[in-house]
Amino acid sequence: MAVAPEHRKVDLREPPSWRSAKSRIATVLMVVAFVLVIVPLGFVLYTVISKGASIISGQFLTAPIPFNVAPANVGGMGPAVLGTILITALATVLAVPIGILAAIYINEYGGNRLLTRFIRFMADVMTGVPSIIMGLFIFAIWVIHFGYSGLAGAFALGCLMLPLIIRSSEEMLKLVPDALREASYALGASKARVTLTVVLPAALGGIVSGVLLAVARAAGETAPVLFTIFTVTAVNLNVFSGPNTTLAAQIFANASQPYVGAQARGWGAALTLVAIAFILMIAARLVTGRATQSPR
Amino acid sequence: MTSHSARADSAGIAGSARALAERRPLGDRVFQALALAAGLLVLAILVLILVSTTQQSTTWFGKEGITGIFSTTWDPAHNKFGALTFIYGTAITAVIAVILAVPVSVAIALLLTEVVPYRWARPIVYVIDLLAVVPSVVWGLWGVQVFAPWVLPHVYAPVARALKGVPVLGNVFGPSTSGAPSGPAFFTAGLILAFMITPIVTSLSREVIATVPTIDKEGAYALGATRLEMIRGVVWPHSQGGIVGAVLLGLGRAMGETIAAALVIGSSTQITSHLLSPGYSMPAVIANQFGEAFGEFRSALLGIGVLLFLLTIIVNVLARAVVARNVQRTRGA
Amino acid sequence: MDQQPHQEVTTEGVPTKHELSELTHHAETEQVGSTVFDTRNISIYYGSFRAVTDVSLSIYENEITAFIGPSGCGKTTVLRTLNRMNDLIPTARVEGDVQYRGESLYAPHVSPVAVRRRIGMVFQKPNPFPKSIYENVAYGPRINGERKKARLDEVVERSLRQAALWDEVKNRLKSSGLSLSGGQAQRLCIARTLAVEPDVVLMDEPCSALDPIATGAIEDLMQEIKSRYTIVIVTHNMQQAARVSDRTAFYSVLRNEQSDVRTGVLVEYDLTERMFQNPRDPRTQAYVTGRMG
Repeated sequence: MAVAPEHRKVDLREPPSWRSAKSRIATVLMVVAFVLVIVPLGFVLYTVISKGASIISGQFLTAPIPFNVAPANVGGMGPAVLGTILITALATVLAVPIGILAAIYINEYGGNRLLTRFIRFMADVMTGVPSIIMGLFIFAIWVIHFGYSGLAGAFALGCLMLPLIIRSSEEMLKLVPDALREASYALGASKARVTLTVVLPAALGGIVSGVLLAVARAAGETAPVLFTIFTVTAVNLNVFSGPNTTLAAQIFANASQPYVGAQARGWGAALTLVAIAFILMIAARLVTGRATQSPR
Repeated sequence: MTSHSARADSAGIAGSARALAERRPLGDRVFQALALAAGLLVLAILVLILVSTTQQSTTWFGKEGITGIFSTTWDPAHNKFGALTFIYGTAITAVIAVILAVPVSVAIALLLTEVVPYRWARPIVYVIDLLAVVPSVVWGLWGVQVFAPWVLPHVYAPVARALKGVPVLGNVFGPSTSGAPSGPAFFTAGLILAFMITPIVTSLSREVIATVPTIDKEGAYALGATRLEMIRGVVWPHSQGGIVGAVLLGLGRAMGETIAAALVIGSSTQITSHLLSPGYSMPAVIANQFGEAFGEFRSALLGIGVLLFLLTIIVNVLARAVVARNVQRTRGA
Repeated sequence: MDQQPHQEVTTEGVPTKHELSELTHHAETEQVGSTVFDTRNISIYYGSFRAVTDVSLSIYENEITAFIGPSGCGKTTVLRTLNRMNDLIPTARVEGDVQYRGESLYAPHVSPVAVRRRIGMVFQKPNPFPKSIYENVAYGPRINGERKKARLDEVVERSLRQAALWDEVKNRLKSSGLSLSGGQAQRLCIARTLAVEPDVVLMDEPCSALDPIATGAIEDLMQEIKSRYTIVIVTHNMQQAARVSDRTAFYSVLRNEQSDVRTGVLVEYDLTERMFQNPRDPRTQAYVTGRMG
């Protein structure tokens, strides 16, 4: 078997040019960018945990807020914890049904009409409206007439959560395969029944996850509540009337205080708030994870 | 067969035909109406926001007029409410935030889509999500109590000294005529805002970059391109438009971020190009001074809110439109 | 699907080394030019799935070699191994050796970038960049350092001429590459590949997305450039292989009776004329006479 002589010798080693070096430098820069982001995040979390942990305790979470901000090692954030929970819960109850219904309209009933596309576009735009505007809005439309209350705060936070829930729910509804809907129609179900009994349950995991993330966002918001609940220090169980307070509002109030005691309480509230947001975020991930694994 | 059953048959057929012709059940129509109402509520809220806040600020608009609104004189004691300083502050901190955040966010987006193997992508995304979940007020708290006091002696002061007398940079980052560098300042606010908008710019950039067709990327690699060359030749032209949209979105977000800015911007009504000086922004002044504002003062703050609303709406509409057009173009091609 | 009793799907079924070497030995006696590629017992895995088993063949210079076979037989996988495009798939892995002109392609010191500059690829679906026609063709030379406009103009014109596209686009070099018809776009992609002056051009079903006239144009093009390049083409169109290629490799799917695991194998490799008129393996016979695949 004659083999013709090889007359081209090849060199397949790395070309000794700038090219691969540049590409590798680019990769390094990308990693550096990521590090640039981790570092401050790490600092913030470290500070919150270290400064907050020293003051947090069961007592801290339930003790009343001292009216006089100066003294240290006194009191806690009880009213604020309560306020955060109550007001955020009320906001969730207001925003979730409306948000899911709107998502259902956009995805199931709306079709490709101009109105539907406009609503979707505007819901997107609404996610970018600053939260302070929501506070001013409710102030102008409600507080002026009915006074400060937890309810007003819930309205404001609800307005904030609404577009987030609409967008995330709509994405989830879009993922439900048409085959499921068609099977249900073929059995003679009406559109409402199809949506409520087949589509919604199929998308439920993702929708709940989106809701949890919206709740985490709302719980941490300060600006919308500043103008609607009129931060006070007394506890107020009646969400529907009278001023109230939340963890976020208290952190804001304490942040600029020169007193060590007030600052310490602020850090304790910050740790509580971050913990709440963190737990909700993890819950949201777990729900999505379980939803994608459960058999349909 | 018998006439009786024949009649019954025809009645049955007619009956079922009538059933087919029946209108949809009431429950179905009500449900659809409710869903539509929910959708329209979104539009209604946006309109109401504009209407109600404008209504409450007519005093200010009326008294100051166009020139008054955009004047730099902000003097509550003498009922002078010109908003230009705050508009400046909002614009400048947002621009700083975008300049700092966009290269970093796009780099991370590229890292996630082009470099990192799939298994490592999830933890990186988790970290970015963590960044997003930290509430604005906590960033502000950290900023005003830890970062600002630290950055002044360790970064600002040395930089200011080093740039003394340098032509352009000295004006911006050097020692200034209006006072020494301050911890709470335009730049500090811009920096913290940059941290806060990174997650959303990264996420949107990722979405945009992911729409680049794999086959185009393979085409570049098949020509013997390095990864950087492929990114510059294929990914960048495809995602340019979308990334512009992401930048605009980040800009809108930075303009509206209230609490973090309110705490670290320094609360000083001045317009200066010296970025290490304290300043003020629209959401910050509203947040800080609303509690003690009445009458025309309050009307002015609400009016500033109206301006902020319009500004962010415009930026957000632009951003979404740009992204939509880019996605359409890629899919069409 | 007709089954020949004695040689179809067996639990082992991989042609023995003796059988294979006999076939390839037969082909090698007709060798005219130097060996460009030499694959030695390569198996290609995606994760734990073995897509291709024990392929050994040689590709010779200035010939058009066709890979044919039913879908799933691994012909594209083997093709992409020749220019290390499988590297882009994270779970892909090659066992065995692929030699390119005496050098191992998968040795640790080898740069895939350098490999791909010498071994170019044209894809099934034309993929012009979202740039002008000129910039599409100039992309390769530019990244290899060519800056002078005069040189670039020269390279662009020469490549477009070789791809039989120059006359159609010479007056609109600045218009977008995306504005071309399917056949033109594919010729643009070929021009783009030729612009870096590769040694080998790999083609992955380059005509499957094109109409018959465009297909004919590309087949003519292949014959024209054959004297300067070595071409390996994957095609599911047997008539195309018969028209165009000097040598043909027929791949098939081997199915393990018990585990139902499928893998691709090389069944026969011979001069095209001989394979189509007088195939040695009954599976080849079944395929080329249209009874299989």
